[in-house]
Amino acid sequence: MSLLEIKNLKVRVEDREILKGINLTLNAGEVHSIMGPNGSGKSTLAQVLARRESYQVTGGEILFNGKDLLAMKPEEAACEGLFLAFQYPVEIPGISNAYFLRSALNAVRKYRGQDEMDAMDFLPMLREKLKLLEMDDKLLNRSVNEAFSGGEKKRNEILQMAVLEPKLAILDETDSGLDIDALRIVAQGVNAMRSPERAMLVVTHYQRLLNYIVPDRVHVLVEGRIVRSGGPELALELEDQGYSTIESVARGASPA
Amino acid sequence: MGNLNVATATQGLQNYAESFGGFEKAAASRELSWLRKLRQDGFARFSDTSFPTLRDEDWRFTNVSAIAQTPFRLVRNGDSLPSRKDLDPFRIAGLGCQLVFVDGRFAPALSTLGQMPAGVTVNSLARQLERDPGTLEPHLGRYLDLQRDAFGALNTAFLEDGGYVHIAKGLVVEAPIGLLFVSTAHDFPAVNHPRNLIVAEENCQATIVEDYVSLGGAEALCNTVTELVARDRASISHYMIEREHAKAFNVSTLRIQQGRNSDVASHSVLLGGALVRNNVHPVLAGEGAECLINGLFIGNGRQHLDNYMLVEHASPHCSSRQFYNGILDGQAHGVFHGRIIVHKDAQKTDAKQTNRNLLLSDTAQIDTKPQLEIYADDVKCTHGATIGQMEESALFYLRSRGIDEASARRLLLVAFASECLDRMKEGPVRTHVETLVHEHALRLAGESHGAARQEQIA
Repeated sequence: MSLLEIKNLKVRVEDREILKGINLTLNAGEVHSIMGPNGSGKSTLAQVLARRESYQVTGGEILFNGKDLLAMKPEEAACEGLFLAFQYPVEIPGISNAYFLRSALNAVRKYRGQDEMDAMDFLPMLREKLKLLEMDDKLLNRSVNEAFSGGEKKRNEILQMAVLEPKLAILDETDSGLDIDALRIVAQGVNAMRSPERAMLVVTHYQRLLNYIVPDRVHVLVEGRIVRSGGPELALELEDQGYSTIESVARGASPA
Repeated sequence: MGNLNVATATQGLQNYAESFGGFEKAAASRELSWLRKLRQDGFARFSDTSFPTLRDEDWRFTNVSAIAQTPFRLVRNGDSLPSRKDLDPFRIAGLGCQLVFVDGRFAPALSTLGQMPAGVTVNSLARQLERDPGTLEPHLGRYLDLQRDAFGALNTAFLEDGGYVHIAKGLVVEAPIGLLFVSTAHDFPAVNHPRNLIVAEENCQATIVEDYVSLGGAEALCNTVTELVARDRASISHYMIEREHAKAFNVSTLRIQQGRNSDVASHSVLLGGALVRNNVHPVLAGEGAECLINGLFIGNGRQHLDNYMLVEHASPHCSSRQFYNGILDGQAHGVFHGRIIVHKDAQKTDAKQTNRNLLLSDTAQIDTKPQLEIYADDVKCTHGATIGQMEESALFYLRSRGIDEASARRLLLVAFASECLDRMKEGPVRTHVETLVHEHALRLAGESHGAARQEQIA
């Protein structure tokens, strides 16, 4: 059984059809990348997978671990092992990062029938993960993402992923706004989590991140459809030629 | 008897006049002429003005006709005292002492007097009047402006008991001093008028908490006034916690008189009551005085929670900070009316006012009104107000990490409230308030939204 099966997924936002029939299968242990120009529907796909309710699914189905993902609430999807690293992590004043992380972990543990973790056990575990991402301890006592730099926010997303240990991680433009050092650190954090049990879907506009996180498969999303799939070399080709060639081919293939 | 429910304002006044006549003849310490005069002045003023109406600028958003039309009666003797056990839910761990007042009267049997350090006097006002009225005469009624407010005038007319706290010069009192006001149920609408006096001498430091609660579910009015005098360099934290039941009316006035370089923090936490009006009126009379007026109000159902501040800058180099956060659900109505007056000699005044509101339903309402009157030319005054809903993006972010919707809402409510909680000094009272706020947030998060409700039914 595949970990994630997306079949003919169609999604609308208000009056506009954003995804026009996506098919994608991801097995445990695999890393796939979704590449595409701005507005192609990459982030919509990521948000729909994380069960954001403002998107209207008009057709198709998604099976996650064999279960109907579209019937799940965001928290259920998370507890089932799905994780989205946000393109724009949300600032939440008044909730400390450490408290947030522990609440999230305990919600997931509770769902899975595990005991909740107290602060005594949680903090040492958290500090280990912080080290991996070269993050300052001080970020734990600060409010979630509040006044974090762009790089700190993205690292904080990966920290959450490291704490929650999902089955499927979706990284939405995790490379955007990162300088090369931060990119390296984030990629290192992500690579440390690659395992035969875990799959990742790396959504990105640029090939840059894929130098560090080498995918097994690359899919090109243009105007709501996957127009090409291939190995990691496809990313290099796109980097070389840009999206314009592939876009015009895609347009030719599907006249309006 | 006539139909009391439709008693007109005139009948209402007559009711108070009869009540005052009876009260005056039997009131404690009526032999003190200054006190007699104070009470009479209070009643005269109340008779002149009667209760405010919506036409009164300071009462634009709060209709007190329900109070005016209810034939409240004074509770004269505490014939049915609650048991200590009844009050267990209202104890605050870590207080130095807790004086309990039942329907406005000191209840020594229910109070915990504790061991306060030498130099601290905590007593019932009635007892202090009996024992040593000379300590009270210079202060009592001297700060409250009877002209301002009919409720203050009414309280002064019926002034008899309440808390008296005196902190000697230079003393640092660690454990908070608690005053618990309990309204009990009677077979008539009952009113009580607690009157508190807090005198903090030079350079002292203390925390005082006033806690208003009710037992039983009967209609009642608690109309309370506190005069707080902070002498030069005194540093005082004052808490007012209102958590009465849904039939309670509560009108309170905190009048603060600040000396040179004194530092007063007033924290108001309004959680309960049907109709609540909280007046905070600091006068920064001494140069370099600082005042923090911090407030949190959380309402649902048909609660009406009105926060009225009048901050008077009367000397140079003073600073005041007002921060009020409101969370309103159901058909609750909140009011924030922040008036700042900078008198002409109060140069270098630094006054700031912020009111943030979170509306959880389409039918909840907030009226927010800043009002700056500046008669000095070298001052810094800022104000700002925001009204918003719970952010969908924040809610989704929390849920996407596995936190269920009700818990995510609760977290966001507590986070919003924590801006106010964080301004309170760490200690037993803050811990207590945090617990209360968490309980309230839990209730609101669970009740307020369809999804959470459906989940419970399913």
